[in-house]
Amino acid sequence: MPPILQINNVTKRYSSHTALNDVSLSVNEQSVFGLLGPNGAGKTSLIRIINQITGPDMGEVLFKNEKLSPKHIEQIGYLPEERGLYKKMPVGEQALYLAQLKGLKKAEAKKRLLYWFEKFDMQNWWKKRVDELSKGMQQKVQFIVTILHEPQLLILDEPFSGFDPINAQLIKNEILELRKKGATIIFSTHNMGSVEELCDNIALLNKSEKILDGSVKEIRKTFRTNTYNIVFKGNVLGFTNALWTGAEIIEKHSDEDVHTITVKLLNGVNSTQMLQAVLPVCEIISFSEIIPSMNDIFIRKVNEGNQALGTKSSYTE
Amino acid sequence: MSKVGLIIGREIKSKLTNKTFIIMTFLTPLIFIGALGLIFWTSMPEKIEQNLLVLDETGLFQNTLKGNDFISLTFSKEQISEAQDNFQNSEYSGILYIFKGSDGNIIPKARLLYKKNPGLAFKTYIRTELERIYYEYKLKANNIDPNIITNARQGLVIDMEKVDENGEIKNSEGIQLFSFAMGLIMMIFILMYGMMVFRSVMEEKTNRIVEVIVSSVRPFELMIGKIIGVALVGIIQFTVTTLLTGILSMVLSGIFLKDINTMKMKFDDQNAVVHKLGTNAGTHLNNTAEFKDNQKMFETINQLQKINFWEVGLYFFLFFIGGYLFYSSLLAAIGSAVDSESDSQQFMLPVMLPLMIGYFLAIKIMISPESNAVIIGSFIPFTSPIVMMARIPQGVPAWQVLSSLAILYVSFICTTWLAGKIYRTGILMYGKKTSWREIGKWLFYK
Repeated sequence: MPPILQINNVTKRYSSHTALNDVSLSVNEQSVFGLLGPNGAGKTSLIRIINQITGPDMGEVLFKNEKLSPKHIEQIGYLPEERGLYKKMPVGEQALYLAQLKGLKKAEAKKRLLYWFEKFDMQNWWKKRVDELSKGMQQKVQFIVTILHEPQLLILDEPFSGFDPINAQLIKNEILELRKKGATIIFSTHNMGSVEELCDNIALLNKSEKILDGSVKEIRKTFRTNTYNIVFKGNVLGFTNALWTGAEIIEKHSDEDVHTITVKLLNGVNSTQMLQAVLPVCEIISFSEIIPSMNDIFIRKVNEGNQALGTKSSYTE
Repeated sequence: MSKVGLIIGREIKSKLTNKTFIIMTFLTPLIFIGALGLIFWTSMPEKIEQNLLVLDETGLFQNTLKGNDFISLTFSKEQISEAQDNFQNSEYSGILYIFKGSDGNIIPKARLLYKKNPGLAFKTYIRTELERIYYEYKLKANNIDPNIITNARQGLVIDMEKVDENGEIKNSEGIQLFSFAMGLIMMIFILMYGMMVFRSVMEEKTNRIVEVIVSSVRPFELMIGKIIGVALVGIIQFTVTTLLTGILSMVLSGIFLKDINTMKMKFDDQNAVVHKLGTNAGTHLNNTAEFKDNQKMFETINQLQKINFWEVGLYFFLFFIGGYLFYSSLLAAIGSAVDSESDSQQFMLPVMLPLMIGYFLAIKIMISPESNAVIIGSFIPFTSPIVMMARIPQGVPAWQVLSSLAILYVSFICTTWLAGKIYRTGILMYGKKTSWREIGKWLFYK
């Protein structure tokens, strides 16, 4: 897949601090890209640069290999984290207005809106004022407005905040549907569960710098710690003796004669060797590798970064 | 630029569909005219029918004292004690008793008995009439023709007239109040619509919709759209209000001001006589006292009628647009920098202060129209819309008006440019309390 968006060595400074320091990344077409990082890492600054709300001090942004310019605005859809609507304005009129600002013709915008209002079962909201809607309902309206002009690049900042699990699932399905249709989605969130579920690639920002990027699968593989989970029947003492010095037991848990043990392999021992060692002394029920979650990786990388910078605070999710 | 059109459209629609706005547009003329009417009505003497029994011991007033449209007089030779006894049951509302002095001479003293207090207008009328009759009697008793005295006491009129640079005579005196009103209305307008822009900007910021919008349009376009939108709303509202006020006041003046108009016509006639005959006019005037009393008021009305309202109106429009654009862009910048109206105090002062200075200069124009402070103030864009507007009815050289306008419009381009820079950053700043230093830095963000 060719990249739809390339960020090359972008630096953005505000008077008192640097929001982005020499950040480069590229987003492949028709993928879901997770932009991760703790609060204040520079995610919003980067998103605002992509949306041309502000400009970079150094570096460049390429959209489909062209330098980002106002004509690209209509190909980008943006759902900011701090999102609102005009409280006193009727929903339908407001959605029409926002769609027209994105360059849609009024008639076309209306046609599409009616389609989406029906799809999300909100036909009777059209004439309601926004302050009559619940927060979740408003979020739905905002989501529709964001995707209405069928942008090729969709930037969603914490899209699930304010949704109940049912509506969150609805939105997730729509996001995957949009990708299938050819859209690229940049997805900024703190919810690591949804990152594992949705994202193909991620970039992790911390303290204005990119500290990690790549595909979710690859990253999780690289962060493997050679840790395994074994459930077995038999003698625990025999089991531990059989492991010898090849592994370190991290956690033990017994339920009558079924034991669950988490081990970390040492000294270049691989899983096959370990299994061969323990097989004679017990009956294996299950065996699996523990792959670190994105959550663990996030916390580990951010804390590493902070320690490297000499900051005492550590990040816990 | 079609997006600016969309923004303007939304701005206008949201205001015109706002109930408070609609009510205010239609209510303002009513309140305005109502207040004027109330003032006028309360100041009018109450005309209660008075039926007066006159007991004149002197015989001097029998043929000279006349009633008017609400005072009717009945002369009688009754004794005062008798009349007093019958008074409660009589149809008379009062008894006027004019008595002789103890030596039989006519003395300037009378008694008025009443059931209900007849009020000031009645008392003034009776007193003035008695005084006049007594005065003429005294003159005649000394063989002096009262007309000589009346003519000798003509009020002197000084016509203050300004000669402009072309040698033309322009009106001047008597319109200070009108000038001041122009300045005041200008200040109110600039403030009212400027604040409308301020609120609209802040509303978008606090609603958190602004980030959605600036991902579609440039912040500058949003700001300009807003400013133009509110300006058009202002023009619409002004037109509606003026038309309504005009119609209402025409209808009401038909009712309330009829007297004034006939009086004014009479005055103009009298004025013509005075001009023609000079000091001998007295004999031709039915009531010279009335003429003198009303002289000042009608002179003012005549002066006002000489004002070129088209010219004043055109300049008002041009200065309003300039002043509004100047101030509203500053207010838009402030609105973008704050999170709530209560935070805005420290930024409001520098905007309010020059407006207040303009207001005080407009007052100063009434006292000394050509002072240096006034002239300087009419060129500085912070005060020029108010001060120049207050000067214009009194006659200002065209080059001064035009250069003041030019300065104002150039300044508004500068403030809009600056405001755009502040606005762009301000609308996306949340939670932080903004300082002047901070705003200064925003000017240099890319």
